[in-house]
Amino acid sequence: MNKYKLGLLTGLLVTGLSVAGFAAQILGAGATFPYPLYSKMFSDYNKLTGIEVNYQSIGSGGGIRQILSRTVDFGASDGFMSQSDLEKAPDTLLHIPICMGAVVIAYTLPGISKQLKFTPDVIAAIYLGDITKWNDARIEKLNPGVELPDMPIVVIRRSDGSGTSFIFTDYLSKVSKTWAKEVGRGTSVSWPVGLGGKGNEGVAGLVKLTPGAIGYIELVYARQNKMDYGSVQNRSGLFVKPALDSIEAAAVVDIPADTRISLTDTKARFGYPISGFTWLLVYQDQKYGNHTLKDAKELVGLLNWMIKDGQAYAKPLDYAPLPKTASSKAAALIKSITYNGQPLM
Amino acid sequence: MQEEDLTITSGKISPTGEFLFQKGIRLSGLLIAGLVVCILITLIFQSIPAFKHHGLSFFFSTKWDPVFSEFGVVVFLVGTLLTSFLALLISIPFSLSISILLGEYLKKGWISAILKSCIELLAAIPSVIYGFWGLYVLVPFIRPFEMGLGIIPYGVGIFTAALILAIMIIPYSASLGREVIQLVPAELKEAALSLGATRFEVMTQVILPYARSGIFAGILLALGRALGETMAVTMVIGNSNFLPESIFSPSNTMASVIANEFTEATGDLYLSSLIEIGLLLFIVSTIISVIGRYIIKKLSIQQQHS
Repeated sequence: MNKYKLGLLTGLLVTGLSVAGFAAQILGAGATFPYPLYSKMFSDYNKLTGIEVNYQSIGSGGGIRQILSRTVDFGASDGFMSQSDLEKAPDTLLHIPICMGAVVIAYTLPGISKQLKFTPDVIAAIYLGDITKWNDARIEKLNPGVELPDMPIVVIRRSDGSGTSFIFTDYLSKVSKTWAKEVGRGTSVSWPVGLGGKGNEGVAGLVKLTPGAIGYIELVYARQNKMDYGSVQNRSGLFVKPALDSIEAAAVVDIPADTRISLTDTKARFGYPISGFTWLLVYQDQKYGNHTLKDAKELVGLLNWMIKDGQAYAKPLDYAPLPKTASSKAAALIKSITYNGQPLM
Repeated sequence: MQEEDLTITSGKISPTGEFLFQKGIRLSGLLIAGLVVCILITLIFQSIPAFKHHGLSFFFSTKWDPVFSEFGVVVFLVGTLLTSFLALLISIPFSLSISILLGEYLKKGWISAILKSCIELLAAIPSVIYGFWGLYVLVPFIRPFEMGLGIIPYGVGIFTAALILAIMIIPYSASLGREVIQLVPAELKEAALSLGATRFEVMTQVILPYARSGIFAGILLALGRALGETMAVTMVIGNSNFLPESIFSPSNTMASVIANEFTEATGDLYLSSLIEIGLLLFIVSTIISVIGRYIIKKLSIQQQHS
């Protein structure tokens, strides 16, 4: 019987220890796309301040669910929350933009080295199944001098629900009325054509392996996998290559105070049209659950660091840092965070 | 002998120890059964909102559209059954041959040892490795084959998924098959041989009929594995939500749609619909296992009578 008591005691001790460990760190969960950046930021922040941040990349949808149920200190999402989701929250939620990403149109065409050009209409027509061959007149017209093969286009898209799909379908819904009416925007949609790959790496794998394939993918993954990707015509008529500066340029628009804005197909003259923010989600008033004033201060400190010093980590990892317009809005939002109604800064 | 055994055990374990041991094994058995029941209750409870909304149309609709909240399960059900049974069909000749080889012809020796550990290793490989191997190695082989057949050479699809699944489930049916073939009493085999039967005749007329219920149980175990396999299938099936036109068409399965869409399912109805798919998968597995048990029982009764 003594053994039982000992077992019980050890059990209690272990639980006690893990609860203690739990309280000493900041907990976050959500988007997978910024995960490489966040994990680098958080590990260096830990070295700087000793504050540990535990981030689980469970997907934007999961991040939203977790912050709504207040099981984490911050959520993370690639798409901003809908009004109806915000109304489900027990208190006011803030969207703090952290960095920007872009979705590129990658393809595999053996023997073609010139970067292809795409217009919004052509991309929508390919994903609606209207254009099925690479040598279609509409693609050839855009790319004079390129010998496009008589090859079926194998359309690849994400099979898992994702923020990447949201940005891409949001873009297609803006540029094509047919798309908006028949398919719509969402983290998962009912795709008219194509094969699904799981995750950015799944899409990258399928596109790379299938001659004649086209797929949409995060810029980071396309670069790491050394894939070919096209330039896309933006609203001002320019064909823009996806690159860190053209992504940043897409945010040169009026950004609302809550920063909940879609950056696809913006009026920005030099902007790459399939870009977007990725956000952290936090409650405006930090006094809930077992949050102490110290916890709240630590969280605010982290957020401030991420939008200021932390921005230096973005470019080396192929993420676009926040443009000035957005980072001032983000700073104002962080300033508005309170504890029991009292401002923290 | 028996008395000796008894004295030894009673000397080592006290009556309270015996009592605790019995309670312990009973408890762990009940715990597992309780867990299954709890899973079922959770699935039913959480799929109520979806069931209320779609009613029976969920089971007859082929449309899966999260944007417009239309959810139907037919495509995934067809995909799951098609890939699993096709995989079973492909795997049976191989698993049966391996069982016979290792159970009867090559019982000992280093070749047998190597073969056995290779098969066990097959079962130990994580499914994501199978998936990547399928995507990067198998698919490029399937593609020219499809080109030869004159269909769009996607490379991924039901056939590729079934091939991967077949490789993954062979160890399950092969190991159990080998065990039961080895368990066939030597007297039976010797009797048949003494009557002038050839080795092949002994195999087909004595060993296989004697071992068939066990072999079938192994096949059932393999089928269960195929029905629930997620990661490897997801990577090579194409994840396309349309009813397949042929076995080379891309399609989708119940397990893979859950794995794909669960993390980003934000709406309550959407989430509940995914859980309803889980419930259906649970029911399908149960039905298949009940039918399987019935067949096993029938096979063993005939065996006793003949």
